[in-house]
Amino acid sequence: MGNSVGLMDRFRKILGLRKTQGILLAVLSLLVILLPLVANNYIEEVATNTLFYIVLALGLNIVVGYAGLVDLGYAAFFAVGAYTTGIFMKFGLNFWLTIPIAILFSVIAGIIIGGPTLRLRSDYLAIVTLGFGEITRITARNLKITGGASGLVGIQRPSIFGHILNQITDFYYLFLVLVVLAIIIAIRLHNSRLGRAWQYIREDEDAAEAMGIDPVKTKLYAYMIGASFGGIAGAFFAVKMTAISPETFAFTQSALILLAVILGGMGKIPGAILGAAFLVLFPEIFRGIGQMRMLLFGILLVIIMIFRPQGLWPERKG
Amino acid sequence: MTVFYIVIQQIVNGLILGSFYSLIALGYSMVYGIIKLLNFAHGDIYMVGAFVGYGALGILGSRLGIGWLGIAAALLISMFLVGLLGMLVHRLAYQPLINKRAPRMSLLITAVGVSFTLFNGVMVLTNGEYKTFNTGLGYEGISLGLVNITYTQIIMVVATGILMLTLYWFINRTLYGKAMRAIALDQDACRLMGINVTKTIGLTFFVGSALAAAAGVMAGVYYGSIQFYMGFVIGLKAFTAAVIGGIGSIPGAMIGGLILGLLETAGTQLPFIGSAWKDVFSFGILILLLVFKPTGILGKSEIERM
Repeated sequence: MGNSVGLMDRFRKILGLRKTQGILLAVLSLLVILLPLVANNYIEEVATNTLFYIVLALGLNIVVGYAGLVDLGYAAFFAVGAYTTGIFMKFGLNFWLTIPIAILFSVIAGIIIGGPTLRLRSDYLAIVTLGFGEITRITARNLKITGGASGLVGIQRPSIFGHILNQITDFYYLFLVLVVLAIIIAIRLHNSRLGRAWQYIREDEDAAEAMGIDPVKTKLYAYMIGASFGGIAGAFFAVKMTAISPETFAFTQSALILLAVILGGMGKIPGAILGAAFLVLFPEIFRGIGQMRMLLFGILLVIIMIFRPQGLWPERKG
Repeated sequence: MTVFYIVIQQIVNGLILGSFYSLIALGYSMVYGIIKLLNFAHGDIYMVGAFVGYGALGILGSRLGIGWLGIAAALLISMFLVGLLGMLVHRLAYQPLINKRAPRMSLLITAVGVSFTLFNGVMVLTNGEYKTFNTGLGYEGISLGLVNITYTQIIMVVATGILMLTLYWFINRTLYGKAMRAIALDQDACRLMGINVTKTIGLTFFVGSALAAAAGVMAGVYYGSIQFYMGFVIGLKAFTAAVIGGIGSIPGAMIGGLILGLLETAGTQLPFIGSAWKDVFSFGILILLLVFKPTGILGKSEIERM
């Protein structure tokens, strides 16, 4: 028990929270943990979805927020993870064993996309990542092994210690664990030597290079780590949905995840969480206006960029 | 001999496709040349152009007929209205950021937002339905052996040629064109010389959007149906075309469009690419080009850091 209190203290220190904020965080964590006891299936489903997008947003935040690189094809990594798990499970591999493979493949995808293109200017990079995202989707649609246009169906549910995870509550806790891990990794990265190198490159690439930071290599790490977040999220997405199709990974998906990161405030972890929550809750709350909500999204994005380009809850510059 | 005819036929098809790409690529290149913005919403501007043209033809069709006269009138109306839309987008979405000297990433994300807005706006307005262009054009044309070239195709290429020559004249022979070229070189110096920079940028958006609208209407007439998502992939490809020619260069955009059109049509005929992989083929060209020769054919090389 004493150990976990120590962890909370360290968390507080890392997050730079005051005592009251620490208590607030503890209360919030308790609420999140106890939510399935009081919530109905619908609320749990929405909450699980939110947790899922938080993982994706935290992953993209490393690329966009930490390293300052535009990525309009993040759904590609998500797709690679989902398809890898889906395909290997079809061959009879255990779900948990497919995760390292999914990570490996999405990191390779990150290297393939990042390797040749990270020397490019940011607007060219945006288009190239978009192109790669589309290539990934079209490839998934055209190949036999990925199930063509209809995708993969009948992916098995995973089990843990003999308990098959098939209730929404199971997935809620599974994704909650993922989110906590993602937050810890994101914080550790932010405060690491690599994290500082990213910030330096983002603020002034020439100066960073003069200080002995290899910009291409450092940016590539951002891509690889961001990609592995996407890959892991994809693997879990595949078993939660039990079916995946190429259209899940269309450009809109990438744009929405990017929107979550930008909305919350690039580079800041609570910002990414807030952005992802907004992204999932907004359409649920405005279910009544149907198709109009994507239109509102677009307008909102423009307005935020004009009035608060640093996002709703931006990183404080030291 | 048949192979020869197929090649000729595909060259004709490639030129038609290429002229659409060229017209859209011009808008990308002009805007990029003047404010270094990758106008992500440009493909959607093209799509809006097609819908405005469709609406105009619907209204004018009863008076002017649905033949070439009606189409030409619809084309001009669409060019004008969509040109204004382009100016509006610039004024509302981009200029505030340019004034603040915001980082280019914010501008790019704004452009994604504008694209989202136009795309979903048209989807809501049309309920996501296909619209069929009802024109009185037939399939008559010239036959040379096995090669068929319809009059519609000939008129498309001629119209594209006229638009491009007009643009060339406008950029190189008028005072407004001179102002645009000057701003691309040095904005601050232009201000000192009394050029209204904001207005000139607005004018660039007008011209670029009008050309995209022309392409939209022509594509609607040529392919027969339009839908709200028609701008996304073609926007990406037109950007590819602009990069092939050298982004920022106007003749480059024209040549780049034609080259991409021909390459893509050729690619569709190759056994291992086929139509299922043709988009992958185009994006593959884009990526290879950006990595190995980002300045394109006619672009100026510049060392730049973002």
